[in-house]
Amino acid sequence: MAQQTPQLTRSAPPAPAARTGFGKGLLRRRELSIVLVAIAAFAYFSLGSYGSAFNTTNNYHIIMQYFAPWAIIAAGESMLLICGEIDLSAGFTFSFIPFVFMSFYNQGLDVPLSLVLAVLVAMGIGLVNGVIRTVFNLASFITTLGMGFFLEGMTYIQSGAEPAQPPITGTLGDLLGDWRWSELGWALIIVAVMQAALSYTKYGVYAQAAGGNPLSAAESGIKVNRVKVATFTLTSLFAGLAGLVDQVRVGSFDPTSGGSDMMFMSVAAAVIGGTALLGGSGTVIGALFGAILLAIIKEGFTLSGVSAYAFDVVIGIAVVAAMLLNVYISSLRGRYLR
Amino acid sequence: MSEEETNTPGADVPHQAAAPDENGTGIASGPGGSGPGGSGPGAEALRVEGISKRFGPVTALRDINLHVRAGEVLGLLGDNGAGKSTLIKIITGFHRPDSGRIVIGGEEVSLRSVAHARSLGVETVYQDLALVDELPVYLNFFLNKELTAGPFLRHGAMRRQAVDALAEVGISIPSVGAEVRALSGGQRQAIAVARAVNTAAKVLLLDEPLAAMGAREGGQILRLIDRLRQRGDLAIILIAHNYSQVIDVCDRVNLLQHGEITFDRPTAETSVAELLELVHAEYRMA
Repeated sequence: MAQQTPQLTRSAPPAPAARTGFGKGLLRRRELSIVLVAIAAFAYFSLGSYGSAFNTTNNYHIIMQYFAPWAIIAAGESMLLICGEIDLSAGFTFSFIPFVFMSFYNQGLDVPLSLVLAVLVAMGIGLVNGVIRTVFNLASFITTLGMGFFLEGMTYIQSGAEPAQPPITGTLGDLLGDWRWSELGWALIIVAVMQAALSYTKYGVYAQAAGGNPLSAAESGIKVNRVKVATFTLTSLFAGLAGLVDQVRVGSFDPTSGGSDMMFMSVAAAVIGGTALLGGSGTVIGALFGAILLAIIKEGFTLSGVSAYAFDVVIGIAVVAAMLLNVYISSLRGRYLR
Repeated sequence: MSEEETNTPGADVPHQAAAPDENGTGIASGPGGSGPGGSGPGAEALRVEGISKRFGPVTALRDINLHVRAGEVLGLLGDNGAGKSTLIKIITGFHRPDSGRIVIGGEEVSLRSVAHARSLGVETVYQDLALVDELPVYLNFFLNKELTAGPFLRHGAMRRQAVDALAEVGISIPSVGAEVRALSGGQRQAIAVARAVNTAAKVLLLDEPLAAMGAREGGQILRLIDRLRQRGDLAIILIAHNYSQVIDVCDRVNLLQHGEITFDRPTAETSVAELLELVHAEYRMA
């Protein structure tokens, strides 16, 4: 070899370029396709025969009520999925944390302190999920399933199976859901912060590495377990926050709110938004649009008089179709984006 | 066993190796042998003296002597189970030897960890390459060494530096923004090597770089190794069990058999046939 004069050889022939800039953008930004579908769904209901009822501020507010809590939880859930994990207990954290707040408040603590403590308990739930997952190497599916049942039971014990009147009023109340659009504000801020964390910080790179190839990540010196525990903690924090804000908005802490429905909708939003269930890739903003799409369909069906059961049918199809699309687009990316 | 006899002639033969920058006086293979020591191209980058390692009743390595200079490619050959990975793990700071000395850049060191060895300029490209398929090339290139401004990643700077570093080692990737999963095996290997070299490495260990690779891609990797040799500042240890694939790119080969180095000779003075004969002789004795 030393005798042969090496030539600067190209490592690969030039790969075929994607045909159009737009098509390439669609392939590169997977969540863009869900934005287009959401716009299409919006246009369908908005221009359809129920358009006059659909295009009202009140109706937009109803759509927001649906997707805001899904999007807030999905901001954490999609990061967890990117890490290769899942949190099945998030919907029960949603139900539980308002009653944690109530129990602090009923012991005589003031509202702000009770809120801080409740939020800390929410983070503690995620911390426990993450530690059991990483230290004892128990699958997150099992860990958080158990946590979900535990929290559901605790919610009923704490509440006595009775709803409670949220004692949060004034500016704090407005901030935490009393003001009409405050829940939307929470959703947009949390999604923006988490998307920025994913795209522009080391944490985002480490989360993708931890989910994509944990062994490689560890060989590069990334503390995979720490990244996962942090993400579990964030997810539970967001679930707890969503529970407080959503139920302050409603005006009642309800032990039957949230639960597995809330969790499944947030996971569905993340998956429809282009996040791979097996980890490594996905976006938070995609989860937001996934949630918006589901909310538009749900509300559009309600207005059109379509049975509520049909909504579940559509979600089921949408989740599977989104996953198929994910796989198909991945193979296209492999072919055209070399 | 006749290791000592095989070893000694190898050490005595005057050096006619192909690499032009190798102007040492000879190959000192025994303990206390004096390397050329000086600085500049050809300076000794790594020396291992009298290294032994036992795992319980099993002797993995016995009195290993090995050295490699800047601008030199040393082939560390041996069958599976000969002790290659144990030796790599000692050089990379993963295992600690029971006895012996490790000298890096002329200074005796006691390697505490992989990170410690890395800080001294010992970089390793493992077989699995430690790449994340889902991340683009440039983020893999800077994995866990990301450039940041405050809390934020400097994507543009990392892209540019990755392009430059890959160009410097003569690798052409269509876009550093492409996900690694879209690349061929040879391109992936090249990225892993370029990444290791980019960190001011003095000693580069390549663990089976041609494993599971086609002939054309293997050729590309061998040419990359040759270009790195010509930089003159990097000592390369190439670990392989398939001699015929790699022997051409090596300046010198060491044969590891049953935890001992039984053969140390410039590539120009040996052949695949001779190496195979040595290995077969070992099997006949066994």
